This record gives sequence, C-alpha cells and structure tokens, in this order.
Amino acid sequence: MPRPRAHATRASSRLSERAMGSMLFLCAALSILTTVGIVLSLLGETLAFFSEVSPIEFFSGTQWTPLFQPKHFGILPLINGTVMVALGASLVAVPIGLGSAIYLSEYAPERVRNLVKPALEVLAGIPTVVYGYFALQFITPDILQRLFPEASVFNAASASIVVGIMIIPMVSSLSEDALSAVPRDLREAAYGLGATKFEVATRVVLPAALSGVFASFILALSRAIGETMAVSLAAGSTPRLTLNFLESIQTMTAYIVQVSLGDTPAGTIEFRTIFAVGTTLFAITLGMNLLSDWVIRRYREAYR
Amino acid sequence: MVSPLRFEFGSSLPQSAGDPHPAGNNLVLEARSVRVWYGNFMALRDISIAIQRNQITAIIGPSGCGKSTLLRIFNRMNELIPTARTEGQVIFNGEDIYADGTDPVEIRQRIGMVFQKPNPFPKSIYENVAFGPRINGFRGNLDEVVEHSLRQAALWDEVKDKLRHSALALSGGQQQRLCIARALAVEPEVILMDEPASALDPSATLKIEELMRSLARNYTIIIVTHNMQEAARVSDRTAFMLADEQRAGHIIEYDLTKAIFTKPRDQRTEDYITGRFG
Repeated sequence: MPRPRAHATRASSRLSERAMGSMLFLCAALSILTTVGIVLSLLGETLAFFSEVSPIEFFSGTQWTPLFQPKHFGILPLINGTVMVALGASLVAVPIGLGSAIYLSEYAPERVRNLVKPALEVLAGIPTVVYGYFALQFITPDILQRLFPEASVFNAASASIVVGIMIIPMVSSLSEDALSAVPRDLREAAYGLGATKFEVATRVVLPAALSGVFASFILALSRAIGETMAVSLAAGSTPRLTLNFLESIQTMTAYIVQVSLGDTPAGTIEFRTIFAVGTTLFAITLGMNLLSDWVIRRYREAYR
Repeated sequence: MVSPLRFEFGSSLPQSAGDPHPAGNNLVLEARSVRVWYGNFMALRDISIAIQRNQITAIIGPSGCGKSTLLRIFNRMNELIPTARTEGQVIFNGEDIYADGTDPVEIRQRIGMVFQKPNPFPKSIYENVAFGPRINGFRGNLDEVVEHSLRQAALWDEVKDKLRHSALALSGGQQQRLCIARALAVEPEVILMDEPASALDPSATLKIEELMRSLARNYTIIIVTHNMQEAARVSDRTAFMLADEQRAGHIIEYDLTKAIFTKPRDQRTEDYITGRFG
C-alpha cells in the first residue's frame, strides 16, 4: 500500500518540479527583460536628443542651461557636481568605514561587535530624504556656516558629508565581511612571528582582503554617484563648473529630479535631456563596475 | 607484554645521560602546574614539564587530549581565543612568561611556531620570510636573512630563482618548509611545531623530519604529533598525554623517547604506543 502512493508522489513531484523550474526561469527572464527595456527606452530618447544637440557640445560644453534662454547643453557642470559629491563622500566614508571594519573584525570583543554592527546598519535604514533634511537644517547652518561664513545655503560640502555618512555602513559592512573571511591561520602565523594586533590587521589581514575591500569602496562610490534625494536637497540646483565645495552645485541625478518633477512636456528637447543625462550616468556606473572588476582581479592576494 | 611494534630511533640523536627528569641550567622552558580553561571547560590540568635546550621534545597522545593546547601555552598563543584562561607558571630562561607586564609579542619573537597546515601569507616567497624581520624593525641586509633562513630550512636551492613568485604556488611540503624558514628568520630560541607534517605526503614528511634533526643543533624544538613513529624517529624526549573523564588533558608520562617506546612505566602509555587505542 505505501509503495504505489510513494510512486504517485514521485510522479506529481516531478511535474511540480518542472513547473517550479519554469516559474523561476520566468522570474530571471523578467528581470533581464526589464533591464533591457530600460536601456532601450533610455537609448531611444537619447538618440532623439542627439539628433538635435551635437555630442561635441554635450560632452565639451561648460554650461548647462536647457531650461533657460539661451539654451546650453554642456553636461560637464553636472558631471563635475556628481564627481565632487562622490569623491567628497568617499573622503568621509572610506576612512571611517574601513576603520570601523578593521575595528569590528580585528579588535572588538564579541559583545561590542554585536552592538555596533546593527547600530551601523541602522544608518543604512534611514531614508535618504531625511539625510537631505539633516544636511540642510543642521550640517550647513550649525557646522559649515559657522566654520565658513561664506558657505551658501545649498552647497556641495554638506551633500558630500551626508552621502558619506550614508555609505559608511556599506563600506564597513562589506569590508568587514572581507576581513573576517581571511582564514584564522594567517592571523596566527603573523602572531606567531611576534606581530602586534595592528601589524596583523594592516600587514596580513587587510592585504589578504584587499579585493573585497576595494569592491566595497567601488560599490559605495556607485551608490554615492546614484544618490539623488539627499543631494537634491542639500547641494541645490545650480549647475556650475567649480571645485568650491561651499558653493551650490547640481548633480546629474538632481537635475533629473528637477525636470521629472517639473511641468516639462514630453517630447520636447528639455524633456529629452534627462534621458541623455541618464544614459551618461548609466555609462559612468557601468564603467566603474568594469573598472572595479579589473582592479579586483589585478590586486587580488588570493589566500587559497 | 612485548611491544608488537618496532620503532626505529634516529641514529644521529645526541643520547643524553639517562636522567628522565632534566634539571639545571640546560632547561630552556618549564611549565609549572599549568591549567588552561576555555570558558568553564578545563582543557589542561596540572601540567608540569621541563624542556631541555637544543633537544627535540615530542608531545604525543590521542586526538582531543590537549596536545596543541599544551604547545600553545609556551608562546601564549592560547590567549588569542577570547574565552581562554591560563593559570600557573611557564618559566622561559628563568622568567615567568605569564607574569604581569610580560609582553606576549616579545615572547612570540623568541619562541616561534609552525602550524599543522602550511599557512604562508598570500605574498611572495621573499616577503613571507622577510615578514618577521620587517615587523621587528630589522635594520640590516634583509636579502642575507632571507637566504640564510631559506638555506636553514633546506628550501633555498628550490626557490632561489623565484623569490618574487607567490608562496602559494609552492607544493605543500615546500610551503611548510617556507613556514619554517619564516619562523627561523626571526631568530627564535625555541620553535613550536604543531603536527608540522600531518598534511604532507611521506617524502615531504621525511624532509621535514630531516630538517628538524638538523635544526636541533641550534634550536630547541617542541613538536606535537599523533604519529608515534615520527616521535620515535625525531625526538629526544617524549611526553604522553591523555584526557581524563572530564576531558581535561594531562601528562601521563614524560621521559627519554627511547624509554617511552621500549619500557614505558605506565600501562596506558604502553597501550597507546602498541596501538591498542587512540
């Protein structure tokens, strides 16, 4: 009696096995199709944009005024703004994030680690618009403008600081994973040679985990480049080719928000600019991912 | 009870006078009533053992009897485990290495260690050997130290043309000799070896054993092994350990290797070396 029933179960489970396989394939296919769809729609509008504006003006022009007369379509001020915020944020996040990763992985007693790790991850759960507010209402008036009275209400520095704080958990958590994955016996080998804790961390564990640590930097940088809400609030909307962090600037993402939220009619050249800017942003992050792949392969100190 | 196993003893051994309990200024290390806990679990109880200078001392015993824990009390390696606690004294050249104010970092420069699994750093062969001298602030000709250490470890001829290559490209036996060279580069007095040949094939094992015998002229070596033939072949003295009912390791018998393997005084030692358990 039990045997035929078991067989029947096998047969139906084979059927449902195949059905599950197909469903999971559909899930995978759907996400790929979505990506392809996004890229295609970006490219379509981008090509339409470049039929009206020459790529030379777009990539070499130093003024970005599509919404005003006379219209200029030079994207350099927007790229400049994005790069400023991303680099500024990295200056904040890389040392603090890496430092806390090394502390958590090599120094912290388990009790402290169990407290600090979730606390750091809370930072990642704060909505980015709150960070923007924090920059605008606290960092700029209470810190920056006290130190530098000439700082404007909207400025790149406050955006860099909050985006930096925002991506610290990414750097610390991913770097900590990479550091913790370094085998224990490498640490013991170093201790056995009379290395101090700091020497073990910096001369053995960090080099061995370097590729993972780099990966965390690049991911965090990508996140900073793509960050939108906080920089829209904090950095302002003045496309400007400057290196002064105390001035208002505009990033690529903030520009896209500005146009998307406005009453720019679809099909106009103003509307198409956001696709051209979006494609440029996409190309930059893609390039960075490829770069990070290369860096990781080049500098890997594989320990197996 | 005649032992059914025959052990071959190292022919080049300096056969010390038959004193099973060495004393005097030829001692380099001495554990006195050492106990080790991991949390609430007592891993070692009442360990007392004296280690003779320029000899090879083997620690044998079945798995889980605390051999490695015993080895690691000599360079304060156990304290890297957060819950570990050590009681008692370990006298190294007349000073207790567990006394307040003693720096474990300095102890580990003078008492080196080679581990069970070869664990070279993911760096070049040269950088592996140079690591110890570098962190200890060595100011001199590093090339010479690297060459000398690799020669002592009988590895120089095999790697002299590829010092800048990754250490991970070496075979397991070569990696272990590199780890020995890396330990020698710090110029320790004592080298602790935790089953250094257990992950190696027989010919690589033989090379490590030959190496240990040649190193014993200048260094004191303590080796943990679960291979009794190895202990018989290379060591001058042997300590046999067992875990008691509470799983706390302790030394059953410690004597000249020859005595342990030919006329053990304790029945349990005899049972172990004749292969009746373990």
